[in-house]
Amino acid sequence: MGRKLLLEHINVPGIESYDVYRKNGGYRAVEKALKSMSPQNVVEEVQASGLRGRGGAGFPTGMKWSFLAKPEGVPRYLLCNADESEPGTFKDRYLMEHIPHLLVEGMIVSSYALGCNQSYIYIRGEYMWVLEIVEKAIAEAYANGWLGKNILGSGYDLDLAIAPGGGAYICGEETALIESLEGKRGNPRIKPPFPAVKGLWGCPTVVNNVESIAAVVPIVNDGGAEYAKIGIGKSTGTKLISACGNLVKPGVYEIELGMSVEEFIYSDEWCGGIANGKKLKACVPGGSSVPILPANLVTKTAEGTDRLMSYEGLSEGGFATGSMLGSGGFIVFDEDQCIVRNTWNFSRFYAHESCGQCSPCREGTGWMEKVLHRLEYGHGNMRDIDLLEEINKKIEGNTICPLGDAAAWPVAAAIRHFREEFEWHVTHPDEAQKRNFGIASNHIPLV
Amino acid sequence: MIKVIVDDIEVAVEPGTTILNAARKIGGDVVPPAMCYYSKLEGSGGKCRTCLVEVAAGSTADPRPMPKLVASCSTPVQDGMIIKNKTSQRVHENRAAVTEFLLINHPLDCPVCDQAGECHLQDLGFEHGKAGTRYEEERRTYDPIDIGDKIKLHMNRCILCYRCVYTANQLTDKRVHGVMHRGEHAEISTYIEQAIDNDFSGNVIDVCPVGALTDKTFRFKSRVWFLKPMNASCECTKCAGKAVVWMFGDEIYRVTGRKDQYGEVEDIDGKTAWICNDCRFDKKDKSKWTIEGPRVINRHSVISQGQYVLQDPNLGAKKLTNK
Repeated sequence: MGRKLLLEHINVPGIESYDVYRKNGGYRAVEKALKSMSPQNVVEEVQASGLRGRGGAGFPTGMKWSFLAKPEGVPRYLLCNADESEPGTFKDRYLMEHIPHLLVEGMIVSSYALGCNQSYIYIRGEYMWVLEIVEKAIAEAYANGWLGKNILGSGYDLDLAIAPGGGAYICGEETALIESLEGKRGNPRIKPPFPAVKGLWGCPTVVNNVESIAAVVPIVNDGGAEYAKIGIGKSTGTKLISACGNLVKPGVYEIELGMSVEEFIYSDEWCGGIANGKKLKACVPGGSSVPILPANLVTKTAEGTDRLMSYEGLSEGGFATGSMLGSGGFIVFDEDQCIVRNTWNFSRFYAHESCGQCSPCREGTGWMEKVLHRLEYGHGNMRDIDLLEEINKKIEGNTICPLGDAAAWPVAAAIRHFREEFEWHVTHPDEAQKRNFGIASNHIPLV
Repeated sequence: MIKVIVDDIEVAVEPGTTILNAARKIGGDVVPPAMCYYSKLEGSGGKCRTCLVEVAAGSTADPRPMPKLVASCSTPVQDGMIIKNKTSQRVHENRAAVTEFLLINHPLDCPVCDQAGECHLQDLGFEHGKAGTRYEEERRTYDPIDIGDKIKLHMNRCILCYRCVYTANQLTDKRVHGVMHRGEHAEISTYIEQAIDNDFSGNVIDVCPVGALTDKTFRFKSRVWFLKPMNASCECTKCAGKAVVWMFGDEIYRVTGRKDQYGEVEDIDGKTAWICNDCRFDKKDKSKWTIEGPRVINRHSVISQGQYVLQDPNLGAKKLTNK
């Protein structure tokens, strides 16, 4: 088993309560930061740690923090993005459900580093019970003097509030999140200006994922250099992976970045292999928006080397033969799963969640969904496959926010790697219709 | 002033100007089409993606090209920026794709649409569209609804440019006009079909680039190219009273704001000359207006075809001849 930083005390009974959390070394990072470090020191530690954003894009957190504009007399805000809605991703929920104080502690340290006196946690609308857990944790933190005025006598004030979302995927995009928090319709803003300059209520704002903020706690406790020793290359530290699909042991795992994909899927310590003795057919390694990989490219790269669970490892080979680490939503498909149906399902999600602001995404996602639906239900023809390729090329990169790209990539990758399965749906419409309930009777040999 | 190059033409503009406005300063063919951007409305733009351009060099300081096409209406220029609009193949391909996206759910009912002849989507389709369609699915449809007793909304034709939403927010005081639902199902609506009760609500008709919002006092009366647009003014306590009356013989068929070549209501004495609902809907009697002279429609619109020609701009309106 690798090192655990976030989930170290996950099995301690009652860890969600303040007393148990505090006994197990909780809030040490706040003490250390507020008593012995300047805000700039904290930012430097995070920069030294090489921590990369855990929400999907993998942008270095320390660099993001250093971009924050600091004009005199203007408040700054830290927003925690807990609008985790990517299909296949459920790591933040697990963290907030079981160790809510870790997030609260991370928020205090991060807000101190950025000089924010008011911070928000934006929680997805569907996570109402999680909201109650985090709310309780915040109340406990207030009661014990970790939040409020003059924390630990350092003269630093911080208020932390929760904002529930309405349940829209698009509000996980940082500018849409800001709009939603301001009480408006959650439409992404046109950038520039970026939130670091003009965000919440026109003030400089940083938006970070739950896991990134939680990771600040071990970084401050042990030092950035120590954190950077874990992992491989530019992928430092540990990452929560939410493994799901046809696995023996699906669930949330904390891995050290740089372990091999093969070990992660097949080792009994981790996912324990493919369920029911089936064979691996494909894998979406980072949440529904990243390209799908066929079995031969999941464990090995195109060059034949072992594929590693890291930002670079999973994206090795670019989009032609690689994918992305994304948000860590690791979805595994066994040989019975229908890739066309799965692609349609993802596409249906994006068509439903598109905000409808810019035309390529609004019209294109709906169009792709309809074409894929037709293919899946045996009414497609060969030119539809080329049409899909055309449409997703024209959505990609032409939209206001990355939702357009996220909708285009899975379709492009599915056609790239499983074109024969799409063609089979065209040539065998009757059999294709029979498979409508997601179970394929293995007509297609593994690629 | 900073210098930028659009399609090999150099132009000097104020810092902070957008690429689109820099191109408009040059004018002519290099101006990207804009379906949602409206310079008189704060916050508009960035949505339709028809104005995408290629940036071949970011600035003198950082001459790297930008990897993605950028929306020219919302991207500010940098000193030494090199922009490719009509000279870029990529721009043409992507603009054609955006046009296709805008048209897949459009009913293409131009023969019965009041906007035909002055419709920006029609122009865009003519310039960048294809003759056929690859869309085999059913188009989404809505029932036409009334927004008040003078405005008709045909959601089928809407391209969701949000211009009317900004107009309603910025000109009228109550926030009742907006967008409901999301994605493909997004639609413009007033709160439970409530009428926008404001003296300037009729301006949503002027800003609409397509035939989604039309004037109920003019609907189905005539085609715009049969009418003669005349600059006219009147004494009005609510607005500047500077409008365009669209005449057939001695009869006024409709009244609109004075729109420039980009379809935007002109500034008169430094203020955007929005017209009030009284002028727009009720003053259809010629005696209430002082006709100043023919309106020059200088875009490649059918309205300017065969109506009248300006023989000598220096001689003034009286020397114009009607063909």
